[in-house]
Amino acid sequence: MTETLLEVRDLETRFFTPDGVVKAVNGISYTLNKGEIMAIVGESGCGKSVGVMSLIRLIPEPPGKVTGGEAFFMGQDLLKMDKESIRQVRGREIAMIFQDPMTSLNPVLTIGHQISESLKAHMGLDKQEARQRAIELLEMVNIPEAGNRVDDYPHQFSGGMRQRVMIAMALSCMPHILIADEPTTALDVTIQAQIVKLVKRLRDELGMAVIWITHDLGVVAGIAERVAVMYAGSIVEEAQVDDLYERAAHPYTYGLLGSLPRLDLLRDERLTSIDGMPPDLIALPEGCPFAPRCSYAIDRCPREKPPLLPVAPRHKVACWVDLNTGRER
Amino acid sequence: MSQEQQTQSEPTFQVRSQRQRIQRTFLKNRTAIIGLVLATLIALVAIFADDWFIAVFQGRDASPLVATFDPTKQDARSRLAAPDSEHFMGLDTYGRDTWSRIVYGARVSLSVGLASVALGGALGTLMGLVAGYLGGRVENIIMRTVDVLMAFPSLIMGLMVLAVLGAGLGKMILAIGIVLSPTFARVAHSATLTIKENEFVEVARSLGAGRFRIIRTHVLPNILGEMVVLASIWIATAIRVEANLSFIGLGVSPPTPAWGTMIREGTRHLSDAPWVSLFPGLAILVTVLAFNLVGDGLRDILDPRLQV
Repeated sequence: MTETLLEVRDLETRFFTPDGVVKAVNGISYTLNKGEIMAIVGESGCGKSVGVMSLIRLIPEPPGKVTGGEAFFMGQDLLKMDKESIRQVRGREIAMIFQDPMTSLNPVLTIGHQISESLKAHMGLDKQEARQRAIELLEMVNIPEAGNRVDDYPHQFSGGMRQRVMIAMALSCMPHILIADEPTTALDVTIQAQIVKLVKRLRDELGMAVIWITHDLGVVAGIAERVAVMYAGSIVEEAQVDDLYERAAHPYTYGLLGSLPRLDLLRDERLTSIDGMPPDLIALPEGCPFAPRCSYAIDRCPREKPPLLPVAPRHKVACWVDLNTGRER
Repeated sequence: MSQEQQTQSEPTFQVRSQRQRIQRTFLKNRTAIIGLVLATLIALVAIFADDWFIAVFQGRDASPLVATFDPTKQDARSRLAAPDSEHFMGLDTYGRDTWSRIVYGARVSLSVGLASVALGGALGTLMGLVAGYLGGRVENIIMRTVDVLMAFPSLIMGLMVLAVLGAGLGKMILAIGIVLSPTFARVAHSATLTIKENEFVEVARSLGAGRFRIIRTHVLPNILGEMVVLASIWIATAIRVEANLSFIGLGVSPPTPAWGTMIREGTRHLSDAPWVSLFPGLAILVTVLAFNLVGDGLRDILDPRLQV
């Protein structure tokens, strides 16, 4: 039973700077179903963070602005809600965890206090009830001796534990969607695995949908069910995770996969890298944003931007070229 | 010939908690200790000037305790008497015991000093917080007002406020509070600008916290340390300003003794009865010095390098 929770259509976000208009997000569309884990992959600066922050309107209004598109969540367009309503959505319906657990917590407040804030504001719990619930949440994310730890300060926790605390905070009001913006990038690999496992378990227990943003294709393989690949503000490919890895249809995705170090590569096989650099988002060329670096590019590519269209069941690509044949679709 | 084996000794350092470390730093600071001791003495003198805490239960007027005489009792025959064993600081122009007036005057100075800093600190911090976090036009309006207020020398400002409001203890506290608030506003403003860039503020926003909740829960606790240090340093200034305003005649109404007023009354007799102005002057000196030292000591302790 797939119930669509979030439907994003042609989301467009721009930043108006003295140097020009930065086209950070250029018409991305996707849907998120209940209980689904979707990953958004892309290199730094491709618009993956800005894209999700636009949904809950965390983009600083000058200089940024959501300039187009819609984001339907539970029947309402998030992008058109007034300030008070979107504030109610944040934390309660859609919650977010950020990249750096070392700075995400206020150093002068106990973590119990910080978790309780959301509970008091959104769920109307009183101090005692909130504290009790905070302990329960800490236990849920496997913080040992939660009853004692709830009154500790952030500096008394390690990075991995702080990220768990962040997850506890984000899930405190039982949101429908958890957005994880590179939550494990700042952590070492073993802790990363623990966090991934934790989020999956919580999804199984609580049923929330997850949008996991990362630049690490290895993590994607471990957690996602569906993947959207972003490049220069657009989604270039969207597929089920196995399809993406086995039958990548976009040259950029193919290049990304080729650049991954793998255990099963032969010793002297070299990693492939993609020549060139991502485009300047102020001076975004017409046509496909990847065309300048693409080894499969044809005449049409730099002139006309390809739309994101299905090429197989639940597999969409924004490309004029069929990778298998090298010719136009 | 065999040597004694060297025995392994236990580590010679001792792990201490943060509180212990803070106490050690304060105690190592001799001048801060002197300041603290002096300030405490002055406070005790002021509190126990008379026996109000017993008199209250007995339903009578308080009688002098640390003070030796009624500070308002005049004795025209003995005016300007030199210090002796009974009146160790002599008598003033109305024959009132100087020592007793100094003791009661401490109440005025300390209460004005502490209350005006509390008022100015609260007011200024609020202005700085709101201006710093909200930004935009609100910030402009508030901070330009602060600039205007700061342009006036403290005495002129105090003078203007009292000229409008009239004399009296409460009005004095208000006046000096207003004089002090711009400094607190400036510091709170810049501290807020720094704090609001922190990630945990973004996190709070992402969880749906409104602006005032964030200011209250996240920004304020992080700037409180700085504001407390500022407050302790400015108590000395507040006391000095009160003395100055009393000296030029805007102090609390007679017969309540105030040090600045006492100096003023003695200026005509500097050649024949210098003690009338001298002792209140010394009182101001010692008090301001004491609070300055305490403030400096607190600043040394709360220096960021001691933060975990």
